[in-house]
Amino acid sequence: MRLKKVVFGAALAGLAGVSVPASNAVAQDTLFVPLFTYRTGPFANSGIPIANGMHDYFNMLNARDGGIGGVKVVVQECETGYKNEKGVECYDSVKSKNPLVISPYSTGITLALIPKASVDRIPILSMAYGLSASAVGSDFPWIFNPPSTYWDGMSIVLQYIAKKEGGFDKLRGKTIGYIYFDGGYGLEPIPLLDRFATDYGFSVKKYPVPPAQMQNQSGLWLSVRRDRPDWMVMWGWGAMNPTAVQEAAKTGYPMDRFIGIWWSGSDDDARPAGAGAKGYLSLNINAVGAGYPAIRDIVKNVIDKGNSQTPKNQVGENFYNRGVMNSVIIAEAIRHAQKITGKKVISSADMRRGLETLSISDQRWRQLGLPGFAASFAVTCQDHNGHHAAYVQQWDGHKWVKISDWIPPMKEKVLPLVYEAANGYVTKNQPWPKRTEACDDKTL
Amino acid sequence: MLYREVGQYKTSYGADQALFPILQDRIGIAVILLLAFVGVPLTASSFTIDSILIPVLVLSLAATGLNLLTGYTGLLSLGTGGFMGVGAFACYKLTTFFPNVNIIVLILCSGFFAAAIGTVFGLPSLRIKGFYLAVATLAAQFFLSWCFIRVAWLYNYNVSASIEVPTKTLFGLAVTGPTASPVTRYLIVLSIVALLTLMAANLVRGRIGRTWMAVRDMDLAAELIGIRLYQTKLLAFAVSSFYCGVAGAMMVFLWLGNAESESFNINQSFLILFMVIIGGLGSLLGSFLGAALIWGLPIVLRAAPAFFGVSIRSATAEQASFVIVGALIIFFLIVEPRGLARLWQIGKQKLRVWPFPY
Repeated sequence: MRLKKVVFGAALAGLAGVSVPASNAVAQDTLFVPLFTYRTGPFANSGIPIANGMHDYFNMLNARDGGIGGVKVVVQECETGYKNEKGVECYDSVKSKNPLVISPYSTGITLALIPKASVDRIPILSMAYGLSASAVGSDFPWIFNPPSTYWDGMSIVLQYIAKKEGGFDKLRGKTIGYIYFDGGYGLEPIPLLDRFATDYGFSVKKYPVPPAQMQNQSGLWLSVRRDRPDWMVMWGWGAMNPTAVQEAAKTGYPMDRFIGIWWSGSDDDARPAGAGAKGYLSLNINAVGAGYPAIRDIVKNVIDKGNSQTPKNQVGENFYNRGVMNSVIIAEAIRHAQKITGKKVISSADMRRGLETLSISDQRWRQLGLPGFAASFAVTCQDHNGHHAAYVQQWDGHKWVKISDWIPPMKEKVLPLVYEAANGYVTKNQPWPKRTEACDDKTL
Repeated sequence: MLYREVGQYKTSYGADQALFPILQDRIGIAVILLLAFVGVPLTASSFTIDSILIPVLVLSLAATGLNLLTGYTGLLSLGTGGFMGVGAFACYKLTTFFPNVNIIVLILCSGFFAAAIGTVFGLPSLRIKGFYLAVATLAAQFFLSWCFIRVAWLYNYNVSASIEVPTKTLFGLAVTGPTASPVTRYLIVLSIVALLTLMAANLVRGRIGRTWMAVRDMDLAAELIGIRLYQTKLLAFAVSSFYCGVAGAMMVFLWLGNAESESFNINQSFLILFMVIIGGLGSLLGSFLGAALIWGLPIVLRAAPAFFGVSIRSATAEQASFVIVGALIIFFLIVEPRGLARLWQIGKQKLRVWPFPY
């Protein structure tokens, strides 16, 4: 009796599944770019502006230029809620529709998709997040994480701190507090931080924030008050960021000694703490502000026409521009791929070649209508990241202000770690597919 | 009419005690098994298999595990996610220690680790009951998810604190890892789930199941008729955790291919508990129906607008599916508090006399 019922249940599920259309095919003469976004859940505050920026830039290209190389870009959002299961489901739902590139926008989802995408031959662009080791092109031909890895970010943070303290030798005996998202994202920089701590003789206090406790940090900040670290470094995301900034302000921690990674520097991260957030620092890889010609084009062609979900006053905010930058990289890679292959409508394999030969010079940023928007950058066949510079910005109470030059990462410290980690990943995941893709000539 | 048992005489005790005493049930199950083992692999798309069928089967097994504990023995547990995690991490460690052992054997073995941990956390159940036990198992949940991130040995000191699934083959066919085809993984999941469900079905209708139910209905009375509460409750925890552990191992190895501590958090425990409550406490069928409803419905709802040619923003669809699923859960609980399985039972009774009800 029972088994019958049980199997009936399974079959019912089966029928429900079969009746779901697996895909509504995307027209053949378009460029299909799925965007994994999250406008719901505890990470929505970070996810919404990025999703808006990514979406609006493609819509602007479609409206202003008629797409890329005359081919329309079809953008489709898939809501992941920053959950790994949902991200994998989104991936399964788009993979049969010839997606050019996947932007998971979550380190956890990226980790889950890296092996799958390598087999399905779909490029993944995890812009300045994801697995740091995936920068090694010979091991991860389908994964791209420009312009910088978390380890680059940590080395830049420490250089900034060292500069403020008067040199790396002045760090001896100091304490650096590290408040981080207790998951893959926040754990990844720890090996580098620990290595720096032994090299330069400072001590590290770690304050993990479990995902379920993101909005409950008062106990943690009491410990910070007790430990009195000289600097606080944050690897936070979603609701964790504004909570940490507010708690820091409440505890009276000096905000100009509290520095976040580029994912902890949204306007909405600092704003809720009001005047208390003044002085808070974060790294950044893109410029803020709406004064760029390309962004004015977005306002004119997309937002004013009512084709966007973006409130007009949020255009040009940090994470909105981050989303734009993500789309610029995708769009430029598509252009490169079109140029290399001579095809207008490209495949995901062509897209991989486009990404691998990608370089955006200062001049090219200017041509794109985004002069000085980001550091000029390039990826190569060997190096899918480039390990580029970032700058430090400070919250002045209303907006972000750039307060440092572009600081390059300490490659001599980061690269050995990257290669070691890539090696470790490949050995642990044997048999890992050997790279069979040829390297393209960069001069093309 | 459809379920008329007239003329089906049982001439032996064996026939009377069979798992499916009624002919219609036997036909039904044969059709369903045929559909699941042959029909689905031939017709379903890889999205259907990967995102609906495999998850529903895996979650059904976890729900079955919880149902054995909560539905049959009456011990409320909020540690399901943690026990699933034990299975997953145990399986990962086993693949590290015994890389050449058949992965299916390892998945089943990892259930024993979960069973051991489950038994330990089941010890308080001898002293505390009801909501208080729920809180004790909640402690297990928090302790275990803390271990999954703080004990680096469990994930082989991976910098990202996640466990990755290596490619394992069976008769030269990849069964885990990215190269394994969805159909292969589906068939393995289906076989394991079918086998374990058959085991559970026989367990609950035999002596052990009866002692569980006696404890659930009134533990004092059970004790008076000679049931030893100590062994019975701990056995329920062990068996339940075994099922959850196998489900957790399958979740990582045959479904997601990667997991971190967050995959086994308190939300997972609640999700499974909701499946059991909505499906029907004390019913194996209910575990499957509950899993199908809670996992499948949002996917169907999200796909529905596109199916009818309506374009709707993905975030809006997500919010709408939250609202609709929530409303449906309330609706089902009002209409039939004993779950979907009870609805099916009522339906079956009606079918018996249909179309001439008296």
